[in-house]
Amino acid sequence: MTDTLNKSVPSKSQRIQAGLAKRYRAEKRFRLYGIAAIAAPISFLAIMLVVIGSRGVGAFQQTYAQLSITFDEQYITDNDWQGIVKASLRETFPDVSARRDKKKLYKLMSSGAGFDLQAMYKIDPTLLGQTRTVWLPMSDDIDMLMKGKIDRALAEGDRRVSDKELVWIDHLIANDVIDLQFNTRFFTSGDSREPELAGIAGAFMGSILSLAVCFILSFPLGVMTAVYLEEFAPKNTWTYIIEVNINNLAAVPSIVFGLLGLAIFLNFFMLPRSAPLVGGMVLALMTLPTIIIASRAALRAVPPSIREAAYGMGASQVQTVLHHVLPLAMPGMLTGTIIGMAQALGESAPLLMIGMVAFIVDIPGNFTDPATALPIQIYLWADSPERAFSERTAAAILVLVGFLIMMNLIAVIVRKKFERRW
Amino acid sequence: MEISIHTEVPTTARIDEQTLSQPHKVSAQGVNVYYGDKQALKNINLDIASNMVTALIGPSGCGKSTFLRCLNRMNDVVDGCRVEGLITLDGEDIYGRGVDVVHLRARVGMVFQKPNPFPKSIYDNVAYGPRIHGLAADRGALDDMVLHSLERAGLIDEVRDRLDAPGTGLSGGQQQRLCIARAIAVEPEVILMDEPCSALDPIATAKIEELIDDLKQNFTIIMVTHSMQQAARVSQKTAFFHLGELVEQGDTTDIFTKPEDERTQAYVTGRIG
Ligand SMILES: Nc1ncnc2c1ncn2[C@@H]1O[C@H](COP(=O)(O)OP(=O)(O)OP(=O)(O)O)[C@@H](O)[C@H]1O
Ligand SMILES: [Mg+2]
Repeated sequence: MTDTLNKSVPSKSQRIQAGLAKRYRAEKRFRLYGIAAIAAPISFLAIMLVVIGSRGVGAFQQTYAQLSITFDEQYITDNDWQGIVKASLRETFPDVSARRDKKKLYKLMSSGAGFDLQAMYKIDPTLLGQTRTVWLPMSDDIDMLMKGKIDRALAEGDRRVSDKELVWIDHLIANDVIDLQFNTRFFTSGDSREPELAGIAGAFMGSILSLAVCFILSFPLGVMTAVYLEEFAPKNTWTYIIEVNINNLAAVPSIVFGLLGLAIFLNFFMLPRSAPLVGGMVLALMTLPTIIIASRAALRAVPPSIREAAYGMGASQVQTVLHHVLPLAMPGMLTGTIIGMAQALGESAPLLMIGMVAFIVDIPGNFTDPATALPIQIYLWADSPERAFSERTAAAILVLVGFLIMMNLIAVIVRKKFERRW
Repeated sequence: MEISIHTEVPTTARIDEQTLSQPHKVSAQGVNVYYGDKQALKNINLDIASNMVTALIGPSGCGKSTFLRCLNRMNDVVDGCRVEGLITLDGEDIYGRGVDVVHLRARVGMVFQKPNPFPKSIYDNVAYGPRIHGLAADRGALDDMVLHSLERAGLIDEVRDRLDAPGTGLSGGQQQRLCIARAIAVEPEVILMDEPCSALDPIATAKIEELIDDLKQNFTIIMVTHSMQQAARVSQKTAFFHLGELVEQGDTTDIFTKPEDERTQAYVTGRIG
């Protein structure tokens, strides 16, 4: 009798079996969605990095020509260093005689070539009157040509390099005195109107100085605010209003902070324009809410039993917070801070408002020197007409991304140090 | 007269003799506790004798923990909690003006229901109290305090060679004994224990009961327990709470053998709760 019953109605274990199969399928599906969801952003990221990377690597190299340079006393006393380069070019191409052709010939080399010679001479004054073979940077058009970014097959009028120049270049190539070399200048010099002389160091320093100010201001302030609000403040209407406002501040467009900085720091307190000091202050305003919110979440995540244990031992509130709560919350606070700092690093709008958008050749050395920042440098270069700047734009983006990765690595290391999982 | 009742139980009698000569260690008079609008304790009058174990028993939610937490003012940090009435420690109002909770909690230690060691080393856990209260003159004295406390808590043999290991890496029972060691390291006068054995196996429970029995030589112990057997085994006095009221209090033997109140009778024989 039980057999007949079993046939008509599925047994309990059969039902569970049927349900299990469904559950497994659902779990598998869910896992697939998850993998797909991860794959999408990772592939976007990879595509972005590959595209920017392939565009930007070119800027890490620069075309140099080897010239035979005579440190002629005449030019040196006249301080006409580019004149030495020109003389050398005339020697290399003796049959160029027309004025216009000569002018073209001189344009093969970068105007930075003379600076390089000057720097050489400064280090070693015994060069006076001597002749040396020196690798000197060529102009951006030649650089583009050598990197294959200018098509020789185009009609002469359609390309930036004329037929005559092509002949000269071919002559240099034939003599094996033209070469792509590592572009140290890109990492050591500030901005320039000449793409081949423009470097990222100024903007990099500007960003570091601004971020330093931002960190020094926002981390202690943010952590103190979070600790006070979370641990000490009475829960009343006032603290509620403050809380709501902080949450709102996190959503305020960053340019508003720039306007605030302009109105208060520059116009009222008369702080210097374009300075990393003010930039950092503005960025600190922007990162503060992020840090406060993350820090409060980290404080709230500390198990109440730890607090009770400390209070039960007779620890005062400050001791409880300093000895137990803060160390446990620190990793979370640091994570929030790094997120805030990373945002600040990529931020340009507020810096525009306080004048950190100027064309600045000198590398800033302290907090009040005029400076710009990496994202703004990227914007400025992207906006420049010279072809060679597009390469540099991509390279600057790579530097920015590298900077971000470095910051995150430091964060991970610092966090590991604080995070003692027991 | 009271002594004659206890002639069959000589150990208790000896301690009673002591307590008769001195006032109660802790005394609660007309204590009302409110969580917001809700009254959790109603007019509690309870005296706790020193150097004894007092068990607080009663069904879940009757206010045992609440009462315990009043005695070292742990309720101060609970939002919306209000304590009325008089609670004295050695005759001094612990809620009075000028009473410092930090000092109070150094005198009235607490062991929680769930073991809650700090996420620090075993050594640091025990050393924490002496450190914050500045009890140890130097490192050597601190070492002695830590080792002595661990020994009294019956943990020393298990942790002697790993004092630097994290306290949270111990087993549940070991963690609870670590918490006891941490509490007794500051030499409190009263130790409050909120179901210290609720998460422990019978062997660990037996160890802790033994420990409590030892500790009462030097400390006054107030302990919440859900186990009637445990209350009977380790306590000399028992107080029965029900729905926020203190229904009955007295010697443990009396409460278990001849309770006066019907509810107590029902509870200790397992009919309610
Ligand atoms: N923080 C709090 N906020 C609001 N009400 C609370 C709070 N803590 C306890 N209560 C209430 O007070 C009453 C007594 O709680 P208490 O924790 O003292 O009970 P208990 O006797 O210890 O129970 P158990 O044996 O389950 O631990 C309960 O009704 C509880 O809901
Ligand atoms: Mg309880």
